[in-house]
Amino acid sequence: MAETITLEVARYRPEQEMEPTFQQFEVPFRKDWVVLDALNYIKDKLDTSLSYRWSCRMGVCGSCGMMVNDEPKLTCATFLSDYMPGPVRVEPLRNFPVVRDLVIAMTDFMVKLQRVKPWLIREQEKPLSDGEYLQTPEQLDDYKQFSMCINCLICYAACPVYGLDPHFLGPAAIALAQRYNRDSRDEGSQERLDILSQHDGIWGCTFVGECTKVCPKHVDPAGAIQQYKLEATKEWFKSFLLPWGAK
Amino acid sequence: MSQTAHTAHHPRWYRTRVSTYWWSRKWAYFLFIVRELTSLAVAYFVVFTLMQIHALRQGAEVYAEFQEWLRRPLLISLNAISLFFVLYHAITWFNLAPRAISARFRGKRIPDLLITASNYGAWLVVSLGLVWLLSGG
Amino acid sequence: MDVSSHDVLLVGGGGAGLRAAIAVAELNPKLSVAVVSKVYPMRSHTVSAEGGAAAVIKPGDSLEDHAYDTISGGDWMCDQDAVEAFVKEAPEEMLRLEHWGCPWSREPDGHIAVRPFGGMKKERTWFAADKTGFHMLHALFQTSLKYGAITRYDEWFVSRLLEDDGRVQGVVAIDLMSGKIQAITAKAVILCTGGCGRVFPFTTNANIKNGDGMALAYRAGAPLKDMEFVQYHPTGLPFTGILITEASRAEGGLLLNKDGYRYLQDYDLGKPQPKPVLRSMELGPRDRLSQAFVKEQEKGRTIEGPYGSVVHLDLRHLGEKVITTKLPFVRELCLKYENIDPVKELIPVRPVVHYMMGGVHTDINGATPLPGLFAAGEVACVSINGANRLGSNSLTELLVFGARAGKSAAVFALEHPTPNGHVLAQAEDEKRRLEDQFLRKTGGHESIATLREEMQKTMEKSAGIYRTGALLAEAAATLRRLQERFQDVAMSDHSRTFNTELTTALELSFMLDVSEAIVQCALNRTESRGSHQRTDFPKRDDGEFLAHSLVSQRKDGTPQVQYLPVTITRWPPAERVYGK
Repeated sequence: MAETITLEVARYRPEQEMEPTFQQFEVPFRKDWVVLDALNYIKDKLDTSLSYRWSCRMGVCGSCGMMVNDEPKLTCATFLSDYMPGPVRVEPLRNFPVVRDLVIAMTDFMVKLQRVKPWLIREQEKPLSDGEYLQTPEQLDDYKQFSMCINCLICYAACPVYGLDPHFLGPAAIALAQRYNRDSRDEGSQERLDILSQHDGIWGCTFVGECTKVCPKHVDPAGAIQQYKLEATKEWFKSFLLPWGAK
Repeated sequence: MSQTAHTAHHPRWYRTRVSTYWWSRKWAYFLFIVRELTSLAVAYFVVFTLMQIHALRQGAEVYAEFQEWLRRPLLISLNAISLFFVLYHAITWFNLAPRAISARFRGKRIPDLLITASNYGAWLVVSLGLVWLLSGG
Repeated sequence: MDVSSHDVLLVGGGGAGLRAAIAVAELNPKLSVAVVSKVYPMRSHTVSAEGGAAAVIKPGDSLEDHAYDTISGGDWMCDQDAVEAFVKEAPEEMLRLEHWGCPWSREPDGHIAVRPFGGMKKERTWFAADKTGFHMLHALFQTSLKYGAITRYDEWFVSRLLEDDGRVQGVVAIDLMSGKIQAITAKAVILCTGGCGRVFPFTTNANIKNGDGMALAYRAGAPLKDMEFVQYHPTGLPFTGILITEASRAEGGLLLNKDGYRYLQDYDLGKPQPKPVLRSMELGPRDRLSQAFVKEQEKGRTIEGPYGSVVHLDLRHLGEKVITTKLPFVRELCLKYENIDPVKELIPVRPVVHYMMGGVHTDINGATPLPGLFAAGEVACVSINGANRLGSNSLTELLVFGARAGKSAAVFALEHPTPNGHVLAQAEDEKRRLEDQFLRKTGGHESIATLREEMQKTMEKSAGIYRTGALLAEAAATLRRLQERFQDVAMSDHSRTFNTELTTALELSFMLDVSEAIVQCALNRTESRGSHQRTDFPKRDDGEFLAHSLVSQRKDGTPQVQYLPVTITRWPPAERVYGK
């Protein structure tokens, strides 16, 4: 008798039901299968109507974030063997509206992403004929960690502040803003400061620290936010102690 | 800035209500709430210190009564619990401090352990200094 | 039916799509650009490219060298005028991306660093650690957010192109969130949907690489080119097919058979040296390395693993410091998916399908023969990659031809009138087709997954690294049967909200068309060249076949192949020599 493992998968079909329900599936257990492989097995062989997002299955596209036994994970990087004998409960990412089955609406994040101006802002662009902006490996190191974000939104699922107040900018958006603030080629810190130092920006964060713990790419968004709080405070002091030097 | 044709909101999207007891779901959330509540213990010690100074100003007799009052089991327990929470407050603060500081020395990032250690070190030095001061110098 | 209107419409929001959209917005900010992608743009498959992007910037390198490496790497199937334009524009495009914030790895003095790569005589591959595609895509996507002229249709699935009056005038797309089927008209449409690795069972490609754009163009009457040239990447992880970048070999990784022997030396790829030598041994071209694997397998010198034969990639001698600075993602992937630490252990690898040299036929400006239809990136075949692509040329290709296609589409849009309403009737037809044949269908018997698996098995067996006429003919017949069986597919999900059964079925339908095109081109090309190897016709035949295969769809759906001569400018066909 081949080994199997039970998956309890959240279902939500808005045309048919008012609330999500759970459906149980018996899936073959393989040592090198991840939760995503189990979901694909269900969709291919057991119930073709199961909807979920996935793409690269190597942990770099950020599509497959879901709650696995109440922890936010990338299902392509979560091995079934860690959950034996099961059952494994798979639900859509917490703190987001559920559209269908395991699919959440991430439009809120896309708006926030745009709001923090995640592009290089410069007073004067250097002409291409002058070559590249010089940037030493140390300068690259300064922001490199924050540039590794795959936008999987697992940090938002872990953040209780975002859960209680969806207006909060959130870990990934702020970390991305910091990635540009710390890029030696960027000159837009002042512009971003105005956006980030609003009430639902960095000051919404109470340093729970869960976002950093669950981040699959070790971006450390909590660190980014706390560092930014220090910088924002410095800027605030500078703005009235040295008003002639500001802007 | 670019536009999107996405739906910003739809009534059929299901929004799970966050439970009032969200902080009890996960050990990490619970510890976080405890950490936040330790600020009450800190506030309490501030008030307590003010009461102590007030008693001192009123002379040796009043102060002796104050110290007698402190020996009550209720006060001892209260102060012991508050001390525990204030220590918890300090320790979690020191452990988290390196994350907020991104300092570099000669191009290399200062290791977290060094920052935490220097915080504890400073605490130790100040505490020893206070003890020396209060024990007569 | 709802209709939206734009000037230029991109199908696909990956590296090429975003670069093209920005190119249109910069050429004329008054043009309205739509980026219609079936996934959010940062999920596009560009994100998983690892190794790097090539462009000439270092002293001692030259455009001629880059061009010659590309042309010889492509076994002379590359259109040399396109290659010359490509190598010339590459450095500027790459610099532009740096100015847009891409975090290229640097030398100690702050200049951009380059690394060696397979098939290249000089070091010219720019890289961002070993996540180049990820950084390029995010830099492009985040920069695209600046432009007000760009409207994004995230998670809208394009199911068909609209044509009238001899030109393409828009698309029909399904808004996955709500299930709404609508027409989006445009004066010019650019396909940037990537390749079709998912027609094979073992591939580095993501789930979304189903040849959508190739099938859309094919069905609209635009021919596909060089479809038989499928690239196998020599080092993919067994079972998952996850890519282990060529950069691991550029840094000095070795390929060993079961006896610990560097077997590539037996296959005319040079002699083993302690340090990597460009265009030699492990830095040879991908087609030759993959073919060497198959030969070793036939000799019984590969290692048998639980998922078939593998060889070993040895990185141990590089040391932990080099691996963690230059190849951190490789280490992470091996630890996570194989439970192996490359610092101390050998990595099991095998060739897996990675890239399609073939695609929608375009000229050097990204225009297809169908007016109003353009294509760029892996979906297109210009051709600069010929019969075998060199590693690190395709990321650069996204930028160069994304920009070219964007500009020519913008110019086309400025010179042509707004689409008339005739296409709306076509759009209504498409809506009816989707509803009758999929959304409201009952009573089907075939499972989507079963049909897909049979297609993949057939392709692996008959259109793999080595092919024969007999197996290809058998595959053509099997695929025809699968097309018929597809008409009887069972659809159980009748919901309109995020219906992924519908998208999976439509993707399978695209893949069936594309695989038929691949097999037919392979069958007709009776020679061996680059990545197309026929055991029944083992020699390269420049007399008959120095030409591109152009495959078009007949009225009955079957593929028909013609030939188009390769453009030769300065480099007459010669023998491909590596290891010397």
